[in-house]
Amino acid sequence: MSLLSVRDLSVKFAMRDNTVTALNQISFDLAKGERLGIVGESGAGKSITGFALMNLLSRPGFIDSGKIMFLGDDIVQMPEAKMRNIRGNKMAMIFQDPMVTLNPVLTIGQQMVETLMAHRKLSKAEAEQIAIVKLREVYIPSPEDRLEQYPHELSGGMRQRIVIAIALLLDPQLIIADEPTTALDVTIQADIMELLLELCQSNKVGLILITHDLGVVSQMTERTLVMYAGRIIEAGRTREIINDPQHPYTQGLINALPQQTKPGQRLKQIPGSMPSLTAIPKGCPFSPRCEFVKDRCHTEAPETVQYANVEVACHEVNRLHTDKAEEIKA
Amino acid sequence: MTTPQPLLEIRNLEKRFELDRGFLETLKFRGGKFVREKRAVHAVNNISLQVAPGEALCVVGESGCGKSTVARLIAGLLNPSAGEIHYDGQRIDNRSRRTLMPLRKKMQMIFQNPYASLNPRMTIQQALEEPVRYHNPSLSRGELRDKVAEVMRAVGVDPSWSSRYPHEFSGGQRQRIAIARALTVDPEFIIADEPISALDVSIQAQVLNLMLEAKDQRGLTYLFITHDLSVVQHFGTKVAVLYLGSVCELSDTATLFENPKHPYTRALLSAVPQLKDDHPNHIRLRGEIPTPINMPKGCPFESRCAHANSRCSAEQPRPIQQPDGSLVACHAVEEERLDG
Ligand SMILES: Nc1ncnc2c1ncn2[C@@H]1O[C@H](COP(=O)(O)OP(=O)(O)OP(=O)(O)O)[C@@H](O)[C@H]1O
Ligand SMILES: Nc1ncnc2c1ncn2[C@@H]1O[C@H](COP(=O)(O)OP(=O)(O)OP(=O)(O)O)[C@@H](O)[C@H]1O
Ligand code: SF4
Ligand code: SF4
Ligand SMILES: [Mg+2]
Ligand SMILES: [Mg+2]
Repeated sequence: MSLLSVRDLSVKFAMRDNTVTALNQISFDLAKGERLGIVGESGAGKSITGFALMNLLSRPGFIDSGKIMFLGDDIVQMPEAKMRNIRGNKMAMIFQDPMVTLNPVLTIGQQMVETLMAHRKLSKAEAEQIAIVKLREVYIPSPEDRLEQYPHELSGGMRQRIVIAIALLLDPQLIIADEPTTALDVTIQADIMELLLELCQSNKVGLILITHDLGVVSQMTERTLVMYAGRIIEAGRTREIINDPQHPYTQGLINALPQQTKPGQRLKQIPGSMPSLTAIPKGCPFSPRCEFVKDRCHTEAPETVQYANVEVACHEVNRLHTDKAEEIKA
Repeated sequence: MTTPQPLLEIRNLEKRFELDRGFLETLKFRGGKFVREKRAVHAVNNISLQVAPGEALCVVGESGCGKSTVARLIAGLLNPSAGEIHYDGQRIDNRSRRTLMPLRKKMQMIFQNPYASLNPRMTIQQALEEPVRYHNPSLSRGELRDKVAEVMRAVGVDPSWSSRYPHEFSGGQRQRIAIARALTVDPEFIIADEPISALDVSIQAQVLNLMLEAKDQRGLTYLFITHDLSVVQHFGTKVAVLYLGSVCELSDTATLFENPKHPYTRALLSAVPQLKDDHPNHIRLRGEIPTPINMPKGCPFESRCAHANSRCSAEQPRPIQQPDGSLVACHAVEEERLDG
């Protein structure tokens, strides 16, 4: 049985006089212990996907249709009491800003012990012991002393490691990490990513890693979803997507990276920018920025098709491929 | 080797931010009596740098290492605690705002947040007109309009949008307009403090291309602050790696990436997530980052360095010129006890 199976999930926002679609019928699966990356530019719907999976969307956002099957149960239909239990025990979320999770007026020890005691029948002393073990797992030096400290007394990197320790407290089966290292330096980011990877592998925890950094996705995940304007436009094995992207947007994203061009040369930019939810173009949402655009791209939304080992939503996948074949011949 | 006269030269620059302002705050009870004790953030410690005309010096380093402080000192937005800043042969750090006016035109600053560079209540036309009019009071209205339209076209923004306000533009467009605004007065030197960090990859490329074009076509000189090493490799001709307010390595970009020497530089380069490398070989740093309030006596990197020894904790390493021209401040490099 897969850990998570999302089918035709749509999320909308109720605006003053109409609704806008933030997620448009997205579907994907996650096996137990699998690591999945979600990439895309700002506003693509990555965070909204994370919130929907946790059933944490707040008004004016709501799940309009679709299913989120988690260990066989549909989260969309689940009563809040049961969901709260799942959220603590089986799924955990890590945010970009550790202070979303941490309470500034409680010590690290109080927060960890409270979480443990709310979900498990434990004495305070037992809970503290578990907290210390978890802090040690995330390489927090002298964990006994840290229990007494307040979040503001710790560095940003240490705070984020504590958030990871809290996420792991109840041995979840799924961790959703939304840009967990975007606010941190590369050396600290590398430490935290290595740690997450280690913990997921050794405990067989499923991971959904939301980021706009293709390098991070490449090192951390087995499969990747590329999102654009609330849709999944490409999905497949991370290696395939990085090495041989099929969708013009994914190709554009990878080609725009400075390491894809000789130093000092003009970078390959994608013209324009991501549309806002109130002005998503008809047909293919990428059409105003796409160099391969054809007439029907303006009128017909592309279906997702299996192509060259990945799933792509583009009318012109074949054409792109023919071009490539010709390039090779030439 | 002939070095051209540097456009910008910084000598032994220091900046401390006093933390305790009031007299009473500074009184501490120690060993049975009151003593006066001032705490300060040592944001910039004895930095010396040169930027030659046409060069793009990139400044990299962890958050809080003093990058923005260096930029603000050069731009005259902060006064140094010690040291000198020379621009085009003239000392500029000890001058009044008024005598610096002619220089303001030559040196422009671009900030990380495009909102910080653009006034939200001014239309794009007004925002772009202001510096031109300020520096060229004799221009007619028509000439002003033409100049603004020319600048907008140059950065790929439709001149017919000139009556719009900043919030009506995307982040990338706003940042391009901020750059356009800096370019309107034909500056020689641009200080850019993380100008693309807040932007998406595809938009980063648009803005970086614009800055590259200005460099190639107008011979602009840059001090470019970023934490993205792939951007450094692409844009920089020289790199200064900062750690806790000190320069640990200063080198040509190509030399730095081919042959990094300082242990911190090596850790930094190894930590960059690679697109196509399945087996990253990241050097793990252990230990705590000291705060710039309690500065270590010896090497600032000592608490996290795998090569530290007793000399490192006692004596601060000085920058030493290497055979390939780079400057490295590390005892282990000096003693040749690091491999490679
Ligand atoms: N409360 C809200 N009301 C209306 N629209 C919203 C609301 N919250 C988010 N949105 C919109 O939903 C879309 C998706 O947002 P989301 O936060 O998922 O983007 P993201 O991919 O996580 O981007 P980023 O990389 O910037 O975090 C955006 O267009 C955003 O403006
Ligand atoms: N006005 C100020 N008063 C006190 N401390 C300050 C002030 N400005 C900066 N600092 C401190 O000086 C140090 C250097 O700050 P600076 O902003 O230059 O770092 P940075 O390298 O630009 O970091 P980032 O990458 O986060 O922008 C930091 O410890 C910072 O907290
Ligand atoms: S469907 Fe058309 S517009 Fe959309 S990505 Fe494919 S070719 Fe481009
Ligand atoms: S001086 Fe010593 S502590 Fe500092 S970087 Fe070199 S070896 Fe490491
Ligand atoms: Mg987000
Ligand atoms: Mg800064």
